[in-house]
Amino acid sequence: MEWASWSDFWAMGGYGLYVWGSYSVTTACILIEVILLKRAASDTRRRLRRMQQWEEL
Amino acid sequence: MNLYAYASPATFYHLAGRLIPWFAWGAGLLTVWGLYVGFFVAPTDFQQSEAYRIIFIHVPAAWMSMFIYLVMAFWGAIGLAFNTRLSFMMARALAPTGAMFTFVALWTGAWWGKPMWGAWWVWDARLTSELILLFLYVGIIALWAAIDDIKRGDRAGSLLTLIGAINVPIIYFSVKWWNTLHQGATIKPSGTSMDAIMLQGMLVMAFAAWFYTIAVALVRVRRIILERERHTEWVKALLAKEI
Repeated sequence: MEWASWSDFWAMGGYGLYVWGSYSVTTACILIEVILLKRAASDTRRRLRRMQQWEEL
Repeated sequence: MNLYAYASPATFYHLAGRLIPWFAWGAGLLTVWGLYVGFFVAPTDFQQSEAYRIIFIHVPAAWMSMFIYLVMAFWGAIGLAFNTRLSFMMARALAPTGAMFTFVALWTGAWWGKPMWGAWWVWDARLTSELILLFLYVGIIALWAAIDDIKRGDRAGSLLTLIGAINVPIIYFSVKWWNTLHQGATIKPSGTSMDAIMLQGMLVMAFAAWFYTIAVALVRVRRIILERERHTEWVKALLAKEI
């Protein structure tokens, strides 16, 4: 283990800003992609179902 | 078993549905393992102190940015040559994730460059060609979005992907061909100049990125299949069943 304490861990030897600046934005990108994908998937299904119901009328 | 059956969108839709949870869980577990190794097992770097820990995302993201592009070009070429519907759908499903990893590679590179080089950005061959890759992804996605006719859009997008593929070897060999500020390749066929445990963390994260890409691309391709096959009986039956 490299870290004496949690504050030591977050400080990253003085490079905390750069390390967490990288990891936080990467995490945000992945979360945004997953959320957009889930939303798009349910939107598509809803829209296709509505179109299908229209065609049946 | 007839492998050609999987080229049928209907069969592939169900196969993809079964595969997605495995890849999604695999990506999650590999990420936990990779980050644990990266932050709690790998030692402090002799030269770069803790700032080097950015490589556990930077290198896998940069690899994926190039690799996804090549896979897109492969599917585009197959689609153009054999006119297979599913190939074009796969190419479209991969592009947004490729663009995302390219952005992540550039972003994390900047946050590593600032403390190590003293600059967020330099116009060096490696960085510039990676930025061009991002523009290619964005351009291809925009082209697909701009052409309403699906078949024409597929062909135009795939053609642009293939032309742009010349950029991938340029990115890869840029550190060799030009005198770049960006360091040369650490992982080479002849061996690696990296500490074994650091390498392990990086490779595990690379596999996590792989699994993640496969999972999201499959989710996206399923949506594209439904959209394009909406007039077929199997999609109608599928949608009716879910109500």
